[in-house]
Amino acid sequence: MSSPAAAPPKPRRSRVKQFLARYDRAALLLLPALVFLVALFIYPMLYGVQLSLNPAEGGPFSNYVEFWSDPFLRDSVWFTFRLAIPGTLINVAIALPLAVLMRGRFRGKQFIASALIFPIVLGSVLIGKGLLNYLGPAGWLNRTLETLGIIDQPLVLTGNYWGVLLAIIIADLPFVFLLLLSYASGLDEDVEKAAAVHGAGPWQRFSKITFPLLLPGLVTTTALAFVLAFGTFPSALIVGDPSGETRTMGIAAYRAAFQDFDYSMASTVSMLMAAIELLVVAIIFALRRRVHTPTT
Amino acid sequence: MAAVETVPREIGQDFEFGEPRRWVRTLVWVMLAFFGIHLLATIASVLVNSFAGQWFDTWLPTSWTLRWFSQSWTEFGLSQVLPVTFFVGLVVVLVSLLIAVPAAYALARSQMPGKKYVLLALALPVIVPTITYGVPLATLIYGLGLGGQLIGVILINLVPAVPFAILVLTPFMEAIDPRIEHAARMCGARTATIFRRIVVPLLRNGLLAVGIMLLVRALGTFDLTFLVAGPDSQTLVVALYYAVSAAGFRVNQSIDAMAVLYMATNFALLAFAFRYVNPARMMARSS
Repeated sequence: MSSPAAAPPKPRRSRVKQFLARYDRAALLLLPALVFLVALFIYPMLYGVQLSLNPAEGGPFSNYVEFWSDPFLRDSVWFTFRLAIPGTLINVAIALPLAVLMRGRFRGKQFIASALIFPIVLGSVLIGKGLLNYLGPAGWLNRTLETLGIIDQPLVLTGNYWGVLLAIIIADLPFVFLLLLSYASGLDEDVEKAAAVHGAGPWQRFSKITFPLLLPGLVTTTALAFVLAFGTFPSALIVGDPSGETRTMGIAAYRAAFQDFDYSMASTVSMLMAAIELLVVAIIFALRRRVHTPTT
Repeated sequence: MAAVETVPREIGQDFEFGEPRRWVRTLVWVMLAFFGIHLLATIASVLVNSFAGQWFDTWLPTSWTLRWFSQSWTEFGLSQVLPVTFFVGLVVVLVSLLIAVPAAYALARSQMPGKKYVLLALALPVIVPTITYGVPLATLIYGLGLGGQLIGVILINLVPAVPFAILVLTPFMEAIDPRIEHAARMCGARTATIFRRIVVPLLRNGLLAVGIMLLVRALGTFDLTFLVAGPDSQTLVVALYYAVSAAGFRVNQSIDAMAVLYMATNFALLAFAFRYVNPARMMARSS
């Protein structure tokens, strides 16, 4: 997180001068952005760390100890992962075949792309409200299933885990699809054409060529999908059960800050949330390095 | 094309891979229909409810009315919420672009050491969950006495917006041929003139795309505004959330009327944006 000026200076004087000489005047244009970043992001984050280490009572780490020993707080980690991991996998699994097919030419392609991108305009609060209406006990879905005789009792899909998972899929799929589409449409078609000339069938072309070439983009997309699902906040409050099984870390942090006014604990939860998320993203990218990456 | 004709016939047929196999296409349409039906039903339930006079335990309302729209307009103070929403959105977009354009220029043109770290530092606010920096930043903003004020709402919304704008604009900037700038400089143009007459006009598409994306995000970003907004500085999405979470005290239909207004606003903005930029192509360039 170091700015260019804070990059480690070389040991000898002349080296320092040489180093500084590599900054031209254009680098100055970066200054407002760096000031902004330090003032509104880095400083608040450090302030958060400091807040979290200064609890109302107990030693500097007592908040962290409390987080892991109090089941009410600790379980929020589990609740977050329980939503984020299936949400990520489902979104990527839906987006991958669609993004790959979008490279071809067929009728209705533009329509499919627009239809998948459309939910961006809805926003998570509206999706939450819509799901409350639609999936609720007297909503159209339960009504249809009852009329068809599939169920006797209305399915309970709101106020619990399932509503939030569906909200994650609807809200995040457009972003996942768009990003993957950009990677897929950037692939060189000639490689596949060459494979086709040599007699490779569609499945062989996908598994031996398209998929390996797409893998780096797929990894980045998976990381993004996880980041989106991990931060789910409004839908967990609206369609979920924010005191029970959808009490994610985001809700735990918000509650600590603005209902209990325990800013120190709120910062603790926030810092842990950032650390856990970055750890998962790092693991995703580390896995990417372990798998074979093509050279083209 | 002569080379293609020499390919054996059975391979040549397979060669037309612009077109996926029929069963694959059918599967895609079925999946899309499944997704689309539920999505449309979700939206339609909000839409129908906002026009519903009476709707108890039937497929459709038994009577229709427009009064929820006028009621939600006064009940939720939308005459104040809407201007605040647009003001916050516009200021966030303008300030972000003012900071991001020079920064993107520097990142695209300069080969300075430590550029990698700057990019990483810029990616952080985009990837960590908003609530993680939102809570400490909101605490700071309240500490400064800016809580509940417009300036606080604007500041907190800038945090994800500026890095996002820089990261998306940099590839657009890289696509501009530096030789054009060199030529202008040889002819005596100053940096400010180069920016005004060359960089900004060439960047028009990128600026428009980023501006619209920032606006939609600023209008839709719930968590951050929610943390610092007071009664006079609520944006539409936060007012909507309070209405939803206080349901029971509110009439369900007037909440949905507000939700419809919110959706219509966003939809109009995006429809306007997509006339100018193709999102898929734009993402392809930015990655």
